[in-house]
Amino acid sequence: MSAHFVQKRIQKEILTMRKSPPPGIRLCEDSLRSAPEFMVELTGATGTLYSEQIFKLLFKFGERYPFESPQVTFVGNCIPVHPHVYSNGHICLSILTEDWSPALSTEAVCLSVISMLSSCTEKKLPPDNAFYIRTCSKNPKDTKWWFHDDQV
Amino acid sequence: MDSDEDFDYYDAGDDEEDDLSLRDDADDDDEDEGYLDDNIIVSEAPHGSETKDEEVYPHECLSADRIVDLMVEILKEVNDIVNIPPTTLRILLAHFNWDKELLLEKYYEYDGNQERIFKEAHVVSPFKMKRSNKSRDVSCEICCSSCSSSFMTGLDCGHMFCKGCWSQYLRTKIMDEGMSQTIPCPAFDCEIIVDDAIVMSLISDKKVRLKYQHLMTNSFVECNSLLKWCPSPDCHHVIKVEYRDRRAVKCDCGREFCFECSESWHDPVLCVHLKKWLKKCDDDSETSNWISANTKECPKCQVTIEKDGGCNHVICRSQTCKHEFCWVCLGPWDPHGASWYNCNRYNADDAKKARDTQQRSREMLQRYLFYCNRYMNHLQSLKFEHKLYARVKRKMEEMQQLNMSWIEVQFLKKAVDVLCQCRQTLMYTYVFAFFLKRNNQLLLFEDNQADLEKATETLSEYLERDITTASIRDIKQKVQDKYRYCDSRRSVLLRHVHEGYDKEWWDYLD
Ligand SMILES: [Zn+2]
Ligand SMILES: [Zn+2]
Ligand SMILES: [Zn+2]
Ligand SMILES: [Zn+2]
Repeated sequence: MSAHFVQKRIQKEILTMRKSPPPGIRLCEDSLRSAPEFMVELTGATGTLYSEQIFKLLFKFGERYPFESPQVTFVGNCIPVHPHVYSNGHICLSILTEDWSPALSTEAVCLSVISMLSSCTEKKLPPDNAFYIRTCSKNPKDTKWWFHDDQV
Repeated sequence: MDSDEDFDYYDAGDDEEDDLSLRDDADDDDEDEGYLDDNIIVSEAPHGSETKDEEVYPHECLSADRIVDLMVEILKEVNDIVNIPPTTLRILLAHFNWDKELLLEKYYEYDGNQERIFKEAHVVSPFKMKRSNKSRDVSCEICCSSCSSSFMTGLDCGHMFCKGCWSQYLRTKIMDEGMSQTIPCPAFDCEIIVDDAIVMSLISDKKVRLKYQHLMTNSFVECNSLLKWCPSPDCHHVIKVEYRDRRAVKCDCGREFCFECSESWHDPVLCVHLKKWLKKCDDDSETSNWISANTKECPKCQVTIEKDGGCNHVICRSQTCKHEFCWVCLGPWDPHGASWYNCNRYNADDAKKARDTQQRSREMLQRYLFYCNRYMNHLQSLKFEHKLYARVKRKMEEMQQLNMSWIEVQFLKKAVDVLCQCRQTLMYTYVFAFFLKRNNQLLLFEDNQADLEKATETLSEYLERDITTASIRDIKQKVQDKYRYCDSRRSVLLRHVHEGYDKEWWDYLD
């Protein structure tokens, strides 16, 4: 399919997020460059371990988006300490790989990530963090994820 | 759906509906007939009973086209019984690994609640009222463009996407992810499976269609327990059996293999043991065991040490260890003082323990090497079989020029056939024995093995050198007697092992 269609879809997603962003989600306007990527600021939901904390989520879109999932990582110096988030920003979340559907949107991914943070009961790193960040590839999509127990 | 077109989504088409009958198997059995031929002395069998080896195991070899026919046949058969549209039925059958009996059993077991069977197979019941998506102008959730409803399509779950997105989606699933029977609806969290009709109607690219058909056939074979791909790398045939068993099957390409595990036919050893054995042979740890047989380990840090001088006062080379010990008793060096000649520590506890451990691992290795050498020896000989066949063929031609008839010289080829079969069996007898504990039956087995081995080597010698055109008529009798003897010894050995399986004579080492 043409790059034209991908542009159009990404454009549309940006527009929706700009117009009516769901609570806790804010598009970083300064991150909108020509490259098919942008950043979203997430605010931890009140009443959770990450309440009022601000994190930056980077979305990178490949050529085959939306038939393949976007590459999504936490970036910057504030990475949430969470059993499914590696200290290099990689996230272990099934909708980002095998449960991805082309009908999912950037916004839906953000909401999933916030909900993942909200359900956390103890701030700790994934058990294999030290090993993972030493051996993983730069792109989290190259990782064959063994999904951690969903009950955080 | 009484028309064939419903079933036929393959480009190739099944215009030649002919010949679904089983192929005449007569030629296949040709080679085995010799087993039962003339002079086998039946009384040699210890317990007379027929064993697996002699029963016929019905199987046929199918080409790629026939696999598709078979799929269509099964669909039709089930469709005659339950009136489900073929597209849905195909998904149901795939869900039940193409076991039609199981599908029908469940279908009637769930009587009145058939909804459940469709749900489990991730397909919408064809008997349910379809959701109507009548809105005139809709927007496709994937490309975010609005299209006329005629350009939107979807499965019975009601999730609609534009045709462009659908075909791109299917293309990705088929070409990049290699999926066919289990592609889900593109909607998030929808598990309804894409049927072949929608794929064939949306994909026009020949390459993608071909790949899809290929994947479908492949998964049909893979999940059907009565089918197995021929393991030969360039062969695309499938073997079909009537019931599943650990038995030899033969492909039209000539490859004979075990239907259960796809390895070369390995009677008398069981599939599990063969698998363990092959893994062991590959394993690097065995190589390191080799080293340990010719070296010793430092009793303290276990690093491998090779003694390169005459002195038995050894200092471990490892920078962190530097343990000093006596090469003879493996005890610490200190008590030995200045001269090891007075090594009277030989039975000191710690020294003895260290020696025992090394002794045990060495004995295990020796045992493995014993079986491995014999296994390899036969394997090696088998690899030269084509040379032997070539030589024998030349010999047979020479003989025919010396006024022997074609029939008269066939005994030579038969002899090589038997020789190869015996070597193959012998090779696997060593794998079989490797996993066994000693008992009386094993002793009996080893007698049989020794007999067969001796006879096989003699036959081999005859074929390697004793055949000269001058002595041909004399030698014919000798060779025939020998191969018949080999053949009967082989049957005796196999029968004994099979009987042992039935009667649980074999004790396995853990
Ligand atoms: Zn679309
Ligand atoms: Zn759906
Ligand atoms: Zn074959
Ligand atoms: Zn097997």
